[in-house]
Amino acid sequence: MLTTLLILVPVAGALLVALLPLPRTATAGLAFLVALMEVGIWIVAASQFDFDDGSLQLGTSHEWVESLGISYTVGFYGFSLWLAGATTIVFAAAIGYALWVGRDRARAYHALMLFLTGAVIATFAAQDLLLFYVSFEAMLIPLYVLVGVWGGTRRLAATLTLVVYTMAGSLLMLASVVAFGVTQGTFSLVDSGTSDNVWIFLGFAVAFAIKAPLFPFHGWLPLAYREAPVEVAAVLSAIISKTAIYGFLRIGLPKFPEPVDDLTVLVLVLAGAGLVYGSVLAFRAPDLRGIVAYSSMAQMGLIVLGVFALNDLGIDGAVLQSVAHALVSATMFLLVGMVERRCGTGELDALGGLARGRPALATVLMATGIIALAVPGSATFAGEFLIMAGVYGEGWGYAAIVALGIVLAAMYTLRLISAVLHVRPGRAVRDEALDLRPGELALVLPLVACLLVLSAWPALVSESAFPGDRPAQVIAEGFR
Amino acid sequence: MIETPHVDWFALSPTLALLGAAGVSLMIAVLLPAWMRRGAAATVAFAGFVTAAVLAGFVFDGSAAPESLISESMTRDRLAALTQVILAVTGAVVVLVAWAERRRVGHGEYYALLATAGAGMVFFVGAGNLLTLFLGLEWFSLCLYVLVAFDTDRASSLEAGLKYLIVGGFGSAVLLFGSALVYGATGELGFSGIADAALADDTFLLAGLAMIIAGLAFKVSAAPFHMWTPDVYEGSPTSITAFMSAATKTAAMVVTLRLLVTAFPDQSDVWTIAIAVLACISLAWGNLAALAQRDVKRLLAYSSISHAGFLLIAVSAASERGTEALLYYLVPYSAMSVGAFAVVAARERELGHAVTLESLAGFGWERPLHGVALWVFMLGFAGFPLTGGMFGKLFVFSAAYDAGDWWLVLVGVAATAVSLAYYLNVVRWLYMRSGAELRLAPAGGSPPRDPALATAVGACVAVTVGSFFVVQPILDLAADAAASLPF
Repeated sequence: MLTTLLILVPVAGALLVALLPLPRTATAGLAFLVALMEVGIWIVAASQFDFDDGSLQLGTSHEWVESLGISYTVGFYGFSLWLAGATTIVFAAAIGYALWVGRDRARAYHALMLFLTGAVIATFAAQDLLLFYVSFEAMLIPLYVLVGVWGGTRRLAATLTLVVYTMAGSLLMLASVVAFGVTQGTFSLVDSGTSDNVWIFLGFAVAFAIKAPLFPFHGWLPLAYREAPVEVAAVLSAIISKTAIYGFLRIGLPKFPEPVDDLTVLVLVLAGAGLVYGSVLAFRAPDLRGIVAYSSMAQMGLIVLGVFALNDLGIDGAVLQSVAHALVSATMFLLVGMVERRCGTGELDALGGLARGRPALATVLMATGIIALAVPGSATFAGEFLIMAGVYGEGWGYAAIVALGIVLAAMYTLRLISAVLHVRPGRAVRDEALDLRPGELALVLPLVACLLVLSAWPALVSESAFPGDRPAQVIAEGFR
Repeated sequence: MIETPHVDWFALSPTLALLGAAGVSLMIAVLLPAWMRRGAAATVAFAGFVTAAVLAGFVFDGSAAPESLISESMTRDRLAALTQVILAVTGAVVVLVAWAERRRVGHGEYYALLATAGAGMVFFVGAGNLLTLFLGLEWFSLCLYVLVAFDTDRASSLEAGLKYLIVGGFGSAVLLFGSALVYGATGELGFSGIADAALADDTFLLAGLAMIIAGLAFKVSAAPFHMWTPDVYEGSPTSITAFMSAATKTAAMVVTLRLLVTAFPDQSDVWTIAIAVLACISLAWGNLAALAQRDVKRLLAYSSISHAGFLLIAVSAASERGTEALLYYLVPYSAMSVGAFAVVAARERELGHAVTLESLAGFGWERPLHGVALWVFMLGFAGFPLTGGMFGKLFVFSAAYDAGDWWLVLVGVAATAVSLAYYLNVVRWLYMRSGAELRLAPAGGSPPRDPALATAVGACVAVTVGSFFVVQPILDLAADAAASLPF
């Protein structure tokens, strides 16, 4: 019941925001309230959740299309509850940021953002293959318009590549959904068995690889992350990419054990390549968004390495890193937006010296950056260490790649920090540029606080993601 | 005294209701003063379509077992009745769309012809032998030829009428020739009689079958028999385009399925391939050609060709599941089609000229209801979730997969991917470009008040979205209807 509430509240909020003829700030405020309410509902859900119980919780099930075995079945497992939690927090911050900057056409904008929230939560909660497809696709409807209407100057090109890539993947997934559902006689993820058809698995895997994005399916990423409104880019890289991880954990691994075994090496190699390639691109990127965008791609490669380690350590690490990266990436993107608003550009050449006289900005950016580069003691360090330990079981080479990725992460993050905060003041940095305002601090500080809590206690997520902390076994048994 | 066969008037009542409405509309054109004609004729036509829908609903309820009527010339079954409901409701919505069309004369005649065309289609889907099939086809086609050319002050309308007449006449002739060949091969006209008398690999019969398929393919506008479609859709009064894209396609698809399944079961290995090939050509041609269109009506015409391809995939499955998929698909498809053309009609009336993609720039922000509606229809055509278009595609694909044609699934998926480019392009013009940016002359003034059209658009949105959430009831009806075919 609570899950349905988590899905329906933002959707109802979207309708309300779209239909009520309120002025801009009131509309945005209402949307922000709904987003905060969503966080509240999630906290209630988490407090009722029994992390030792391996079955589907807080769920509901209704028949939808009986003759094909399609049902509206939603609910959470430990790991998906954490992902949903990150979703509610990041969306609240993103909608708050939109309120702060005062996006025009507020009714349409906030309705779409809230609808997107509902669609993402539904994706993380879906326990029916078709429902998963529906929510996975439904995310694209608002995204397309959000990027296309409120994006930067090259927004039309960005929407085109975004849609072409993601829809190509989604349609392959649709073919796989049809094939899997018709062969199994049911679309329920709870009731269906496993399949050994490599082609069906590939349909899913490609869709997830595009959404993540994994190397070499990342062609849409640079334009979309650069042209989207900054809070939409935050949501894209922080949350929407994680739907792919959910897909791998809930559908890819448990439903296709044999194809996964056959293709593990391929996926690991591609993920490792993506990690290194993304890191190098991030190091070479000329602008702030480029760095954060490519680092996000690198991190997704890292997380997929953890997933396809196929053992307890790797999968635990992947879930922890998913949550941590969601928070890091959202904070980073919002900070990038704040810097861009002050300087009118994200070009590194034109920035610099922002630390002087702006202690709040410097502190927050430094803190987030330090967590992002996985300094020992941080949540990301815990995640990356678990992933490295997990993937070591598949071969020491992969672990070496992860280590290389961590080094590169330090390089590009430090480059970002020094290019923004230190060196000489850039030509775009004017003396009047303000420090972070209280409103902005109110948006990023909770995210940083969550990161600090996770850093202090990473086991909060990693040990409760799967009952008994045995993810590999739970997945092999198909979450039964 | 000649003995007359028993006539089941109840089964024919939807047709008769529409014919009655047509007669009254004609009388109105003569008897009432000019200022009353439009309202009165439209109301009568609307009432006629609604009555026909209700009566067809009762026929559906009362026809659990299929029956042959009037010496096997007609069939009374749930497949026909359900299709009649879809057709009649489509007709009623089209009347709402046509209501505010600018026209100085001929209101009575317009609605009379519309109702007669509806009657012909309603008759057509119940056809039980090759003669009634041809009769029904010509019946509604003749009405449509006139309706297409109804705006006599527009050259494009006259041109469309002429093109439709010539190409449609050719199609009918091919169908008739094919029927003659089948009659020659079997000595039978009734569908079941043909099935009993036919030899499996009679060349004569197969030639006839091929020509019948070609003749019907003209009506469903499947490639390569689609050449008339873009020109006719572009030139016709937009309400008629809406009617043709939804109703003609529905009627012709269902009749194609019925004819092939009941009259040619032994040749199914031949015609399933033929239909699958037609489907692939339609998908490829319709989608690729749509990419190049600037005129929205032409774009939607090519989109309707590609949808003929999806519907033919369901026909080629030749199974109960395929029939259910076809009937389900027709519900959101009809709504999306009529709705999309209704929005185009609204824009057309605002601008006073044909609607191109450029003239949609910023339309979504100016007219929120129509903008959101067109957005929903485009997403529905493209098979996005939250519209019935998604389940339509899903059912069609699962029917094809079930029938072992996994390659058709892949073709359909590829076609859908291509179609996104032009459907989302419409959305892009609606919202992401502004008229000011393109320096277009503003349409000016407040939007014309047209509550009838707004109601029609609202109803179409409701069906498009509603059929996504309420799937099983529609599917149950479709399953009942599919049970009346001999699989």
